[in-house]
Amino acid sequence: MSEKLSTRVEYGKTLAELGEKNKDIVALDADLSGSTNTQRFAQAFKDRFFNMGIAEQDLMGTAAGLAVSGKIPFASTFAIFATGRGWEQIRQTIAYGGLNVKIVASHGGVTVGEDGGSHQAIEDLALMRVIPNMAVLVPADGIEIRRMVEWAVTYQGPVYIRTSRIPFPVIYDETYRFELGTGSILRDGDDLCLAGLGLMVHHCLEAAELLAAEGISARVLNLSTLKPLDWELVVASAQKTGALVTAEEHLVTGGLGSAVCEVLAEHYPVPVERIGIRDVFGISGKPKDLLEHFGLMAIDIRNAAHKVMKRKTRPISLELRQVLK
Amino acid sequence: MEKIRDLSQLEEIARQVRIDIVTMLNAAGSGHTGGSLSATDILVALFFGKMNLDPQDPHWILRDRFVLSKGHAAPTYYAILARLGFFDPAELLSLRRFGSFLQGHPDCNSTPGVEVCSGSLGQGLSVANGMALAARLDNLPNRVYVLLGDGEVQEGQIWEAAMSAAHFKLDKVTAILDNNRLQIDGKVAEIMSIEPLAQKWRAFGWHTLEIDGHNMDQILAALDAAEEVKDRPSIIIASTVKGKGVSIFENKVKYHGVAPTDVELDIALKELGAV
Repeated sequence: MSEKLSTRVEYGKTLAELGEKNKDIVALDADLSGSTNTQRFAQAFKDRFFNMGIAEQDLMGTAAGLAVSGKIPFASTFAIFATGRGWEQIRQTIAYGGLNVKIVASHGGVTVGEDGGSHQAIEDLALMRVIPNMAVLVPADGIEIRRMVEWAVTYQGPVYIRTSRIPFPVIYDETYRFELGTGSILRDGDDLCLAGLGLMVHHCLEAAELLAAEGISARVLNLSTLKPLDWELVVASAQKTGALVTAEEHLVTGGLGSAVCEVLAEHYPVPVERIGIRDVFGISGKPKDLLEHFGLMAIDIRNAAHKVMKRKTRPISLELRQVLK
Repeated sequence: MEKIRDLSQLEEIARQVRIDIVTMLNAAGSGHTGGSLSATDILVALFFGKMNLDPQDPHWILRDRFVLSKGHAAPTYYAILARLGFFDPAELLSLRRFGSFLQGHPDCNSTPGVEVCSGSLGQGLSVANGMALAARLDNLPNRVYVLLGDGEVQEGQIWEAAMSAAHFKLDKVTAILDNNRLQIDGKVAEIMSIEPLAQKWRAFGWHTLEIDGHNMDQILAALDAAEEVKDRPSIIIASTVKGKGVSIFENKVKYHGVAPTDVELDIALKELGAV
């Protein structure tokens, strides 16, 4: 079994490392620094860390003020509170002003687990994606989050990065380079394309294995820059394979599934199946049980792959028709 | 920039700014008359008599910072920035027009001298706190001023930020509250009472001053006094009259968000001694 890393822990480590080199980096949290992992930065750089208490609106506003005065603020709390409670502050003061605030929010998706629906952010990506100027990123593993945070320091403008509560398998090695707006092909194939975000990228890779065993070859994409989306890669993948499955630990509305469908509807319509949560809130349970309950496992992606391939408009081979029967 | 401390000179600038405000609002055909006029004396005293600024270098590192948290008083802000030399006063007539750099509410990416976007109420004090924290980290001496509306303090974020400023001992932050006692739907006291205002801010740990917001001497004295306070933020609760300076607008709820008609403009200009 491959190594697992936690994106929130790797965020905390990376931020503390970067804080050593760049004195303009400051961090803010809203009483969740142990969970978001900004605590590491707080311990190393006491004077550059601000715990705002349980006050997310003030968290975002204060981060904005620090950014206006030339600091590079990283504002962290749980994804649902950052994007929900602080949405209008992010919209009005941070994004409208184009301010250099980095929002790195943990506990995205249903893998928050036992805390239940109130704490599981399943709409954070939608809330951030609709805001002009905002870059929206979801790391596919503990390596990618490191590269994203390093990149965010060099980028001028607002950024939203979602991290997860639970550790999950590592996909990349240390040579990985993150580039804004560039998706990556993790595995190539001709019959269809699986496009994922975060933990679901790993599930896409597992699904591709299941499909390969059935004689179906799937291309797998990591579209970790949800916005700006690598629309050229999405269109090229549609042209190459003729069908897509999107997979996200998020509502199917407003996130990756929506973004991919928007691009394809405008540029190259092909059948798409969206794996994600469908208009319900999360519930308490163990992360794995919830992933199964909401249909977010590799087998669900494999099943969606079969479904989408049957909807393909271009001819498919006799052999494949047998498999899909 | 040389500061003006002569009271009659400041009063004369305020008169001219009020003329600018009614003229530009009339030209725009929409905008916030009452709250722009109530804030005029406060902002003239602050910008001309107190703040360290360099209109030739809007990003001067040592400048004092200002946040117009009650962003709908943008006409006052723009008129003052223009008269200070941040841009050509002739541009004031483009307020709210398509393509203008004078947006309906302050936009830091459009207007020289504007530090931060505002207009959605309740957010400016947090931003001011962030600016003060940054200045402290950089050992810079600049102060941060923020203008709040009275209705605005109905927003919960104001009280989050009030807690933060006291908690972080942000003595470089001076808030000024334009207490004109009216909001869009009526009297503040009737819509959602904010009293006892001074007690609330004192209870939150703020050095709290109460003044007449149309008395230049009192405004300057309060701004000076705030500078002497250590380890605590200061708030100046300035009692004002909404629509101040033009009798037909004074204390009238209606003129919160209504621009002067041509007839009203004539009356206003006459009362302000412009014609």
